[in-house]
Amino acid sequence: MGTISLKKVHKAFGDAVIIPSADLDIKNGEFVVFVGPSGCGKSTLLRLIAGLEDLTSGQIFIDGKDVSETPPSKRGLSMVFQSYALYPHMSVRNNIAFGLKMAGESKDMIDGKVAKAAETLNLTEYLDRRPGQLSGGQRQRVAIGRAIVRQPEGFLFDEPLSNLDAALRVNMRIFIMQLHKDLGSTMIYVTHDQVEAMTMADRIVVLNRGNVEQVGSPLDLYNKPNSIFVAGFIGSPKMNFVEDNTIGVRPEHIELSDKKGDWPGTVMLSEHLGSDTFLHIDGGVRGRLTVRTSGENKSMPGSKVWMTPDKSRVHHFDKDGRAVRK
Amino acid sequence: MARASTKQKKLIVTALAWTIGFLVFFPILWTIITSFKTEGDAIALPPKFIFFNWTTENYAIVQERSNYFKYAWNSIALALGSTFFALLIAIPSAWAMAFAPGKRTKDLLMWMLSTKMMPPVGALLPIYLIFRDFHLLDTRGGIIAVLMLLNLPIIIWMLYTYFKEIPGEILEASRMDGASLVKELFYVLTPMALPGIASTLLLNIILAWNEAFWTLALTTKDAAPLTQFIASYSAPEGLFWAKLSAASTMAIAPILILGWFAQKQLVRGLTFGAVK
Repeated sequence: MGTISLKKVHKAFGDAVIIPSADLDIKNGEFVVFVGPSGCGKSTLLRLIAGLEDLTSGQIFIDGKDVSETPPSKRGLSMVFQSYALYPHMSVRNNIAFGLKMAGESKDMIDGKVAKAAETLNLTEYLDRRPGQLSGGQRQRVAIGRAIVRQPEGFLFDEPLSNLDAALRVNMRIFIMQLHKDLGSTMIYVTHDQVEAMTMADRIVVLNRGNVEQVGSPLDLYNKPNSIFVAGFIGSPKMNFVEDNTIGVRPEHIELSDKKGDWPGTVMLSEHLGSDTFLHIDGGVRGRLTVRTSGENKSMPGSKVWMTPDKSRVHHFDKDGRAVRK
Repeated sequence: MARASTKQKKLIVTALAWTIGFLVFFPILWTIITSFKTEGDAIALPPKFIFFNWTTENYAIVQERSNYFKYAWNSIALALGSTFFALLIAIPSAWAMAFAPGKRTKDLLMWMLSTKMMPPVGALLPIYLIFRDFHLLDTRGGIIAVLMLLNLPIIIWMLYTYFKEIPGEILEASRMDGASLVKELFYVLTPMALPGIASTLLLNIILAWNEAFWTLALTTKDAAPLTQFIASYSAPEGLFWAKLSAASTMAIAPILILGWFAQKQLVRGLTFGAVK
């Protein structure tokens, strides 16, 4: 079991309020991603759940038990750190076994569990090496191995992939998703990368300055953002905002034509991705807009184009940046 | 051309390093050489560098006149004792300051360091009176306490810089892994900080071994370390350079040998905070 609930969680460092008040219910087995720009409090929120930071006020429940005062070691959670935080003076084997040793399990039990985890993670041949002798990806796997052997109620990931190169990051992303499927444990994953959030999450929690802006499935957030902040943060390339930020249109929801349309514009730049082309267009009074077209687009910089937004997928916002649904 | 100038530069730097090294070491070398001279040769002008009658009679006389091993034993006891107790206090202090700093931690560190800026003679009178009234004069326990307090600021500073280098996330990981505070310190922090603790220990032994001001002021006989042993040869009946040199050589020999074997560790210890 691994339900996690936050009730009016508040955290301040002296006068600086990091989390004003956060409420959240995470179901057993759910993969929840905390996403937001740097400094939005997502890591702090994760550390509060882990018990590495003390609550200023509010409560945290794991499996219905109030753990607000419980030390991290007794919360039944495992954590994977951004820096991996492996014990440099121990072999891979002892790194993975450390938590089991602390729990006082028998040697046979420990050996069996470590061997199994190492097999899952393709680490068997590296068990006797030190972390310093491993590559970044291997270290990351050791960190995950250390987290899974204890069979925790839930996993906490603090930007675990941000130190890896792009190719490895995609592999590890898929690996973690597979792991979630196999183990069925609750996982909370912190990232500033909205692509990771969109691809991995059952539910995304968007944080802005310590406030929970919106909670929902990736497509919910994509289709029905509550605010201009969420609208701008989810989706790549970023949503276009026109008419004093009261109207938002995603780059993929604008039709392009060189003959007729609603909005005139001039192509400034084009980014060719092969599968797609991103056109950066000077829309005159509407400012600069991004349009996504499928496949290759041959429009040259300087050519005149017409843009027509898909009316059914236009987002409206009020002066405070809240969504207005019609 | 570029290569030649690099080579030249290297040569100059090497020569400079050797020159400075020699200048620093010269007084010790001269002491050692003098200890093998007769009293006549020792004060000869111009000084004799190598070509004189080498003799070991000074060592024999010194050993006959005063009990070297008694002093040496006191030196060992004071150096190890003060280091042991200093580490006992400094490790938890540095831990607390490195991993749970408060608002005043930086000020506290500066304040501790500032005590080293005061000339020790400023505290001589009060400490002497305290020692007299508590019957601590010429006792090992008393002088161990003073040496410990004397070096504590430097030890805490050194350990603090070492502990600062250890990423806090690793300690947090051990907490997540279920380690209690004691286990965290024992299994994770101490092994990781061991090189730093070892360097600090070595440096403190050397500092305590060489400390002369307080040991001369507060000991006479029973607790007297090798500094007193040396000082006893600058006696009122006149200086005997050769014997004084022999005594000095005997006094510094153990620490010189220790330093030689530990130099790698020491250099690392003294430059640790500077790297990065």
